[in-house]
Amino acid sequence: MSDGLEQVYRQHWGRVLAATIGFLGDFDLAEEATQEAFAVAAERWPRDGVPDSPAAWLAKTARNRAIDRIRRERTLAAKTRQLDPPEPSAPADGALEETMDATSFPDERLELLFTCCHPALSTEAQVALTLRTLGGLKTPEIAAAFLVPEPTMAQRLVRAKNKIKAAGIPFRVPPDHLLPERLAAVAAVVYLIFNAGYGGRGELAAEALRLGRALAELMPDEPEAHGLLALMLLHDARREARFADGDLVLLADQDSTLWDTEEIAAGRAALDRALALRGRGPYVVQAAIASLHAELPRDWPQIAALYAELALLTGSPVVELNRAVAIAEAGDPAAALELVERLELGEYLYLHSTRAELLRRLERTGEAREAYARALELVDDEAERRLLERRRAELG
Amino acid sequence: MKYMLLIHQGTTPLPGTAEWDELSEEEQGRVYADYQGINQTPGVTPGVRMGAPETATTVRVADGETLTTDGPFAETKEALGGYLFFEADDLDAAIELAARIPAARLGGAIEVRPLSE
Repeated sequence: MSDGLEQVYRQHWGRVLAATIGFLGDFDLAEEATQEAFAVAAERWPRDGVPDSPAAWLAKTARNRAIDRIRRERTLAAKTRQLDPPEPSAPADGALEETMDATSFPDERLELLFTCCHPALSTEAQVALTLRTLGGLKTPEIAAAFLVPEPTMAQRLVRAKNKIKAAGIPFRVPPDHLLPERLAAVAAVVYLIFNAGYGGRGELAAEALRLGRALAELMPDEPEAHGLLALMLLHDARREARFADGDLVLLADQDSTLWDTEEIAAGRAALDRALALRGRGPYVVQAAIASLHAELPRDWPQIAALYAELALLTGSPVVELNRAVAIAEAGDPAAALELVERLELGEYLYLHSTRAELLRRLERTGEAREAYARALELVDDEAERRLLERRRAELG
Repeated sequence: MKYMLLIHQGTTPLPGTAEWDELSEEEQGRVYADYQGINQTPGVTPGVRMGAPETATTVRVADGETLTTDGPFAETKEALGGYLFFEADDLDAAIELAARIPAARLGGAIEVRPLSE
């Protein structure tokens, strides 16, 4: 595929597929038909020019391909006396023709997103399916991103699609009484994709940002959708500063000239929207914390207060650990250590690296050395290991 | 869509046991009322009441010989305690019905299985 067509593919795949699934009610058939539509475009557009509304053209072509196939299979079924293939679950041809011919056609990405992130699917399946259907990533790309063998990933996708069909997972935006819970599930999947990418696989982070933008655009009245987008933008803006020559750089040592100021501004704009909608959910609060982190000098007492609010919302000991770090930075390492000692996070790497850091500040060198040793037993990532070793060596 | 809801009692207190007697009368009444409400929900075909898992006999055939053992196939506490059928638009409706079954909140769990037709 040429670069131009690759871009068209990235831009329109999710929306075209969503509309085709909405029309057909069948993931597999829709995926094949959408693929065919892009193949037709690759052949015709360089010759005939790109249509005015590429997405609508692609959706219409995909739909026609699917109908052709259903008709062919029906004829074959009649001949061989097999069962009828399923009818498309959509409005009559005429009505759809009208909507498809308009420059805009129904945007059903949100329905697709809620279907892919349905809690009846495993989290792994939700992530894979979201990347495949909305992101348009190909199976080998998803497999590579999550370090899973390709056949395993292919099977995961097939099983997820089968379950959607067999178990009757609906293709719709959930009704109001289910929405908060389901939106949280969607946000969790998007944020998981972002974090899988944040560690270094930048493409996934970019994909998560794309999904986050779409979510905020499709649910403009949901503060958490804007909060999630703000959070990702504000983290992403500091990506470059997190590493120097492949080594992790501590927050305090990061070079703020490497921050992407435009992205920070975009993140703050999204946060402002969330706050204007009176959002105070977990993503909004995390985004507010990230916003404070992107401002020097850091307002640590305020950051600690927001972590306290977040801890109340999530009940998470990891959040409490972050609160402890903020309390230490605000000037009270003893109170921070007291908080850390109360947390039940036995095997959690950052509990031990934080303890080590606090003990070192309190000049309890022997205990600090032991805590670094414990952290080094638990560390997986090479860059993080080098950082811990460096800190331990500095103890003297 | 047609679903079968399999009710696994888990540690749910059952009438006739000491645990059941420990529930307040109000709670006991709520359990009965909830089951009645579920059975009257449009689309529900209630199951027939099953005897206790302890009264089950499990049958296998090996080399043409029938082997019977005392007790349910699963562990007693994981055994099936009841079932019902539900005709609904989609899985969300079945999940909502399952969440209303008292065993789901009293220590058991409901398995929602689509029926293929």
